[in-house]
Amino acid sequence: MVETIQVDDVRKRYGDVAAVDGVSFAVREGEFFGILGPNGAGKTTTLEIIEGLRKADSGSVRVFGESPWPRNPALLPRIGVQLQASSFFERLTAREQIRTFAALYGVGPARADEMLEEVGLTEKANTRSEKLSGGQMQRLSIALALVHDPELVFLDEPTAALDPQARRNLWDLLRRINSTGRTVVLSTHYLDEAEALCDRVAIMDHGRVLELGAPAALVRGLAAPTRVSVVSGALPVEEARTIQSGAAVDDDGVSLTIATTEPGPVLAALAERDALHGLSVRGATLEDVFLHLTGREYRA
Amino acid sequence: MKGLGPLSRAMLLGFLRDRVTLFFTIVFPLMFLVLFGGLFKDAGVSQTEILQIGNVPVIDQMPADARTELDKVLKVERRDDRQAALQAVRDGDYAAAVEQDGGRVIVHYSAADQVRSGTVRSILNLLVQDANQAASGVPPRFNLELSQVEDESLEAIQFVTPGLLGWAIATGATFGASLTLVSWRRKRILRRLRLSPARVPAIVLARVLVSVLIALGQTAIFLGVASLPYFGLRLSGYWWMAVPLVVCATLAFMSIGLLAGAWAKTEESASAIVNLIVLPMAFLSGSFIPADNLPGWIRTVSNVFPLKHLNDAMLDVMVRGQPPTAVLPQVGILIGFAVVVAALAMWLFRWDDV
Repeated sequence: MVETIQVDDVRKRYGDVAAVDGVSFAVREGEFFGILGPNGAGKTTTLEIIEGLRKADSGSVRVFGESPWPRNPALLPRIGVQLQASSFFERLTAREQIRTFAALYGVGPARADEMLEEVGLTEKANTRSEKLSGGQMQRLSIALALVHDPELVFLDEPTAALDPQARRNLWDLLRRINSTGRTVVLSTHYLDEAEALCDRVAIMDHGRVLELGAPAALVRGLAAPTRVSVVSGALPVEEARTIQSGAAVDDDGVSLTIATTEPGPVLAALAERDALHGLSVRGATLEDVFLHLTGREYRA
Repeated sequence: MKGLGPLSRAMLLGFLRDRVTLFFTIVFPLMFLVLFGGLFKDAGVSQTEILQIGNVPVIDQMPADARTELDKVLKVERRDDRQAALQAVRDGDYAAAVEQDGGRVIVHYSAADQVRSGTVRSILNLLVQDANQAASGVPPRFNLELSQVEDESLEAIQFVTPGLLGWAIATGATFGASLTLVSWRRKRILRRLRLSPARVPAIVLARVLVSVLIALGQTAIFLGVASLPYFGLRLSGYWWMAVPLVVCATLAFMSIGLLAGAWAKTEESASAIVNLIVLPMAFLSGSFIPADNLPGWIRTVSNVFPLKHLNDAMLDVMVRGQPPTAVLPQVGILIGFAVVVAALAMWLFRWDDV
């Protein structure tokens, strides 16, 4: 079977900087695939090469088994690309924007209005795009990418600069897009977003893929300790140290945290002492994976 | 062609909803038309005012048609107080005061404005000679007949309209093309279009279509306003030739805009570049002031500007009544300019900032 996207040892340099430095991965049909990394990791350039906007210096890219470069008219109707929020025609309303894009693909106005409904913008149909809120703009730009019903959708940092509430709303929409069988490729610099949405994640830094796999598998592979926290002073630090040998105990004045690879007995011991006030249990996250891979804190 | 319809529509809507652009492409040039058209309505020097002291038979007893002619150049006011009249001339309120004492016609003038007083003196001299001649009872042996070379209707508005219209079209087409290109590139719309099945010719043609529509709209509004009775523009029989001329000129101006837009990175620098080209072009091409008054070398240089050729051709077919074939060279120059400059713009064209 042909993979939806096949990328082999792709390289791209801008002057002295290797923006993409030997990237290889494959995306399967129907998959929600994430490219995760801090700004400047090479995510956008990688996406642009796959979309056919840029030519790779070397390596090969196949989308549906075909080369996207030079501009491949056979591929264009099959892929949908969401660009940053500002990629709208000036002074047109939301409905006019989506109808214009629909017409470019030979899609009628009825389907365009349907798409607007699908992203929950029917009420804003007559509002000019520049008057929409950040989240509404993002939803409109996703609608523009989906209006011709593509099999493969690229989303470039769709939740950047959104408030947490708007991000959560958008996540629901992104899950729906994928649940209808579309292949989705998402670039993001939010670790929690990749963890929440993606079937598989490629972690990129300095133009290379550091690790690739399901977020849960990556985290588990790390064998990082689970952090059990209760409110500071729930029990004395000295006593906490005696609960499990080898577990690191720290009280920062707000929380008392015990880092352990076996959280079960720790929780039981805390319950016994009636010291579960303000309990939180946090497993390792992709953040820890990133820290482990690069030796530095993750900074978006 | 896929995309032509929706893209033209999107661009036209964007234009019509942009009040600032609408102002600068339509209202602003119209303001100049109103200003220039009104300013030069009574072109030439205004009437010279003189006083007559008491009865002055050489003026009072003039035949009616001669009096009408005189009124075109002199405004005669009667003052019976001799001292007051002379004082008024001394003060410069009037160019001269005339009194008649039997056969003597006396002109009191001030030497402060030599041109005016000279005019008054020679006119009154002529009046006296005419009166002498009429008194002799002999029919005149020589008659002077005057004939204006231009059509009777050749007033300022006839010259002002084509020039200002040319400037308006140049502004609209250059700004339209350059700002669309730069802002679509900056807003990543170009990139988005590149990922859609719309082809490049459709994108370019959509912009051309919209610009030509705007230019024809400007032409209709301009000619409509200038033809109002107040301004009194009268078009010659071949004025319709202005339509193909406007279309060709729009292409030429758009190519300038595309070149500026291909080169510039931001909207601000694009409009600075376009202003830097369009304003001098408008001045040197005779849009605001007649180009004939410019030094010879500047007129030679101004031949590189498409606006100069548009203005020439528009005057020919709209006002001077030249046949359409007379402006074919200008049509050729405008198209040639568009092709060369657009090719240059194409060569500089970028889809993306980086």
